[in-house]
Amino acid sequence: MRHPSARAGRTRDARGAIRSGPGTAASRVLLRLLLVLVAACGLAVLVPGTAGAEGEQVVGTLQTSRSGPIEGIEVTVATVDGDEVDTAETDDDGRFEVDLPGPGQYTVTIDADSLPDGVVITGEDSRTVTVDAGRRQPVQFGLNDGSQGAGGGNVEAVQLLVDGLRFGLLIAMCAVGLSLIFGTTGLTNFAHGELVTIGALFAWWVNTGLGVPIIPAAIIAMIGGAAFGALNELGLWRPLRRRGTGLVAALVVSIGLSLLLRYLIQIVYGGFSNPYTGLGTSRAVDYGLFRLTNQSLISIVISIVVLLLVALMLQRTKIGKAMRAVADNRDLAASSGINVNRVILVVWMMGGALAALGGVLLGLSDQVRWDMGFQLLLLMFAGVTLGGLGTAYGALVGSVIVGVFVQMSTLVIPSDVKYVGGLVLLIVILVIRPQGILGSRARIG
Amino acid sequence: MGDLLNALAVAGKSALGFQAVFFALLAIGLNVHFGYTGLLNFGQIGFAMLGGFGIAISVTQWGLNFWVGVVVGLAAAVFLALLLGLPTLRLRADYLAIATIAAAEGLRLLFRSVSASPVTGGTRGLAGFNGAFISLAPWDTSRRYPILGTRWSGGELWVALVGWVLVALLCLLVWLLMRSPWGRVLKAIREDEDAVRALGKNVYLYKMQSLVLGGVMGALGGMVYVVATGAANPDQFQNANTFLAYTVLILGGSARVLGPVVGAVILLFVIQFADTGLRALIGNGVIPEGLLSATDVAQIRFVLVGLGLMLLLVFRPQGIFGDRREVMLDAR
Amino acid sequence: MPAENTPAGNTPAANTPSGAHAASLEKGGTHRAAPQRLAQAALRDVPWEVGVAKPDPVVVVENVTRTFGGLTAVSVDRLEIQRGGITGLIGPNGAGKTTLFNLLTGFDQPNTGTWSFDGRPLGKLAPHQVARLGVVRTFQLTKALSRLTVLQNMLLGAQGQKGESFLRALVPGSWRNQERANTDKAMDLLRRFKLDAKKDEFAGTLSGGQRKLLEMARALMSDPQVVMLDEPMAGVNPALTQSLLGHVKDLREEGMTVIFVEHDMDVVRDISDWVVVMAAGRVIAEGPPESISQNQAVVDAYLGAHHDAPLTVEEEDRVLAQAEAQIAAEEHGGGEVIGSDTTSTGKDGR
Repeated sequence: MRHPSARAGRTRDARGAIRSGPGTAASRVLLRLLLVLVAACGLAVLVPGTAGAEGEQVVGTLQTSRSGPIEGIEVTVATVDGDEVDTAETDDDGRFEVDLPGPGQYTVTIDADSLPDGVVITGEDSRTVTVDAGRRQPVQFGLNDGSQGAGGGNVEAVQLLVDGLRFGLLIAMCAVGLSLIFGTTGLTNFAHGELVTIGALFAWWVNTGLGVPIIPAAIIAMIGGAAFGALNELGLWRPLRRRGTGLVAALVVSIGLSLLLRYLIQIVYGGFSNPYTGLGTSRAVDYGLFRLTNQSLISIVISIVVLLLVALMLQRTKIGKAMRAVADNRDLAASSGINVNRVILVVWMMGGALAALGGVLLGLSDQVRWDMGFQLLLLMFAGVTLGGLGTAYGALVGSVIVGVFVQMSTLVIPSDVKYVGGLVLLIVILVIRPQGILGSRARIG
Repeated sequence: MGDLLNALAVAGKSALGFQAVFFALLAIGLNVHFGYTGLLNFGQIGFAMLGGFGIAISVTQWGLNFWVGVVVGLAAAVFLALLLGLPTLRLRADYLAIATIAAAEGLRLLFRSVSASPVTGGTRGLAGFNGAFISLAPWDTSRRYPILGTRWSGGELWVALVGWVLVALLCLLVWLLMRSPWGRVLKAIREDEDAVRALGKNVYLYKMQSLVLGGVMGALGGMVYVVATGAANPDQFQNANTFLAYTVLILGGSARVLGPVVGAVILLFVIQFADTGLRALIGNGVIPEGLLSATDVAQIRFVLVGLGLMLLLVFRPQGIFGDRREVMLDAR
Repeated sequence: MPAENTPAGNTPAANTPSGAHAASLEKGGTHRAAPQRLAQAALRDVPWEVGVAKPDPVVVVENVTRTFGGLTAVSVDRLEIQRGGITGLIGPNGAGKTTLFNLLTGFDQPNTGTWSFDGRPLGKLAPHQVARLGVVRTFQLTKALSRLTVLQNMLLGAQGQKGESFLRALVPGSWRNQERANTDKAMDLLRRFKLDAKKDEFAGTLSGGQRKLLEMARALMSDPQVVMLDEPMAGVNPALTQSLLGHVKDLREEGMTVIFVEHDMDVVRDISDWVVVMAAGRVIAEGPPESISQNQAVVDAYLGAHHDAPLTVEEEDRVLAQAEAQIAAEEHGGGEVIGSDTTSTGKDGR
C-alpha cells in the first residue's frame, strides 16, 4: 500500500511510516514511531466458544505523539447494516468506550473533520470489527500528525536501510540470548519473547509509574530482566533438567510458559499500547541521505555498544569462554571443571537482561504492548535460523539481515505485510542453506 | 445454584458442540504429526485457516459450489504441507517447529492485511458461505432446540453432528493406519529416524505423508469451525489455538487413537466452565471487580491452557489416562 | 560371470567384482564352517599392506575424504573388503572409524572420492537406498526403538513390505499374509538370539546387551549381504560378550560379509579374518589379526592409548558416557556453536 506520493526524493519521516496503510496488527510490530501513532490496543484474541456472556464493548484511543491524546472526537458505532448503536466522545486521555448490544460485527467511525489541525487519518475513517461475546474489542485508527513533509533530499532505500539496521540490531540483542540458551542447554525457548515484553513493561512501569527517567528505568529493567531470566532457570529449567525432561517436552513446556505469561500480562497490563514518557523531542534530524530521531540514533548506538560488549565478553572473559565451552560440548566442559549450571545461569541472566533492553528499545519505537515480544520472537527465530541455530555471532548477523530485509522489503511490498516477508525469508533460508550463514551442515541432520 | 447449573450447561454445550469438534480435529492431525511421527507442527492453525478460507473464498468470492470449496481448502492444506515439509523435514525437529509457527502467523497476517482484503475480506473476514451446507440438515435450521439445559440452533446441531461423524471417521482412519506396517514405520521414525533409515525406509517420504495427512485433518477442523460460525475471519485463527490443540492432545493422551477426542471434550468443558463460572462470580460480586474483570476472563483460558500444558508435560506427559511406563521409555 | 554358484571366495578373481555373492551359501547349509576357512584361505596370500587388492572384494573405497571445518576426519586412498569375511576396523578415538561407516552407509557425504558395493557405485545414495541394496548397519549407541515392542522392532527390518505404502495400509487384506510370514521369520531370529520370550515387551525395557542383540537381529531381517556393526560390544555385560561374538561369527557362516568397529583387541583377534587399522582418518595398516600387533605404525598410533585391555564395568560406563557426550555434542551442534575461533569439533571421529 505504497503511498501514492512516496517516491525517492520525497520527504519522509524517519521511519518510513508514511507508507503504512491503516494501522493493523501486522504493522504494529514494525518500526513505526512517533509520527504515525497507532492507537493500538491488544490483538483481539478471538477464540471459539465464548458463549452466553455479556458486556461487549468497543474501545480505543486517539492520540499522536505531537498532539497528545485527542479529546472530544465523536465516535459513532453502527451495526454492519447501518443501524446506529451509540456515539461517544473521546475523553481527556483520548479514549473512547461504547457499549454494544451483543456480539457481532460493528462499524466504528470517527469524525475526521473534528480532528485538530494537522492531524489526519492515514486510512479510512471507519473500521469494521467483529466483536466476540464478552469482548472489549479494541479499535485502532492510524493518525498522522502531519509533521512529515519537512526536510529534504533523503533517499528512500537508504532511509529503509538505516531503519532496518536499527530494527535488526534490536532483534539481534534479543536473539543473542535465545541463541546462547539454545547453545548451552539445547532448549528452543519459545518463551523468550515474553522476556522482551516483561523487560519493556517493567521499564514502562518504572518510567511512568514511579516517574524515573527512561535511561535509569531501562537499566533497572535490565536488572529486572536478568533476575527474571535467573528465575526462569532456577525455578523451572534447572529442575526440569534434573528430572531428565526431554528436549521436545521442554520445548512444549516453554510454549506453555509463553502462553501463561503472555495472557497474564494481558490481564494485568491490559490490551493497550503505551509510550514511555519524558523522551524529549521526537523530531527527526536530517542527515542528508536519511533522517533519524535522536531516540533511534541512541537506540542504534546502544545496540552496537552492547553487542560489542557481549562479543568482547564471549571472547575475552573467563565466563565468556566458559559459555562457549559449554555450548561447544557440555559434557566435556563439565569434565574439565567448568561449573555448567553456573554458566547456564549466567547465560539466562544475560539473555534476560539483553531481552529486557531490546524490549525497552522496541517500546521506544513501537510502544509497549502485551504481545510485542511474541511478535518479535518469530523474527528472532528467523534471524537465529538465518545465522545458524546455536551460534551467537550467527544470531547477530542473521538478525541484522532480517531487520534490514523486513524494512527494505517495503520498497516492493505493502508495509502491512512486510512482516510476512521476514517469515518467507525464513522459509527460503531453510530451503537454500538450512545450516545458516555461519552454521555448519553437519549439525542439522 | 442456578448460575452453577447454567455454567455446567454452557460448558456441556461447548464440550459437545462444534468447538470441541474443531479442537478434536486439530488434535487428531497433531496426533498423527506429533504423537505418532514425532513431528513438531506448531502451525496447525494455519492449516485450519487455509481449510476455512478455502471454502469461504471459493464460495463468496469465486462463486463456486460449496463442495468445490472443500476441495480447494484441502488442496491448499496439502500445498502448505508440501511447501513446509520439503525444506524442513530433512532437518532437525525444531526447524519444522519454527517454520510452521512462522508460516501460520505469516499467513494470518497476510490474510488480514489490507492488500489481501479484496480476496479474504481482511480483518472483516468473509461470511455467508455456509448456506448450501446448512440447508442439507434434515431438520428445521431456523428453530432452536433445547438440549441439556441450553439451546442449540438447528444449524449448530447439524454442524456438530456432521463434525462428530467426521471425527469418528478420522479416528477410524488413524486406527486402521496405525495398526498397519505403515503406522509402524511412523512410530519408529518418532523413536529414532536414523535407525529407520538404516533399515531401508525412506524416512523423508513417510514424514511428508504424515505432515500432509495431519495438515488435511487440521484443514477439516477449520472448515467445521467456519461453517459453524458462518464467518471466516483471519483473527479467529490465532496461533494460540494450535497450543490449545496440543493441550487437548496431551491431556487425552498422545499416540492414542481416541486421545484427541477425550482431550477435546474434557478441555473444552473445563475451559468453558471456568469461563462462564468466573463471569458469573464476577457478576455476583463474589470476585471483586478490582481483582478480575469480565473482560479478563477471555484471557484466563489461555493462562489455564499455558499452565495446564506445562503441568501436563512435567507431571503427566502420558495424559490423564496414559501409562507412565510408556513415557518413561522416551529417552529423548 | 565367474564363480557362479560355486563357494565364492577361493576363486582367485582378484579385482573383478564378482556378480555372484556368498549369500548363495546360506541356502546350502552344509558348509557350516566353510566360509571362515574360505575367507581366511582367500586372504592368506594377500600382502599385509595398506590398500592391497583382495581376491573378491565386496566393498571398494577409493580416495574418500571427509573434512569437518578444516579438520580431516577421513582420508582413505584405497580400501577393499573381502566378501564373506569378518573385517575388523580398529583405531584410537577420533580415528574416523564411525565417520567412515557413516560415509559407506549414506549417512554422511564425503568431500571427494568414490566407493562401491558389489561393483555398484554408492556415491549419492541416501541411507535407505544403501540399506535396500543389502548393506545394513548398527549404531555405536544402540538404536532400539524404545516404545515399539521387540517384535515390532523386528518386523520393521523386513524389506519390501506391501503394508508400508500408505494406500495399501488401509486394506489389511493386502499385507496380512506377508506380515504373517515376516512374523514367523522374526520369531525364528528372536529364538536364535534368545529374545523370543521378550517379544511383546517394549524395546526400551531391554538391557544394553539385549538391545545390541535386538539391533543385530533386526538388521538380519532384511537378509543383508554386508553387515556393518559399530562397536557391537560397547556397553555389553561381559557375560553376553561371548554370545554376541558367536552371533557375529554365525553371520559369516551364513555367507554375509561383516565389517565391525571395535576397541577391544581380544575381540578383534578372536573373530576377525582381516583387520584394518585407522588413525587420524587414514588407514595405517591392514592384515590378518596376528600381523597387527607387530606393526610399528599401529604401536605408535596406540602408544599411550589403552584399548587393548578388556574393559572393566567402570571403564565401560566411561566409554559409553564419552560416546554419548560425543553424540550429544554432534546433535546439539558441535564445535561451531559460538566463536569463530573454535574450529576443533568433537565430531571428527566418534
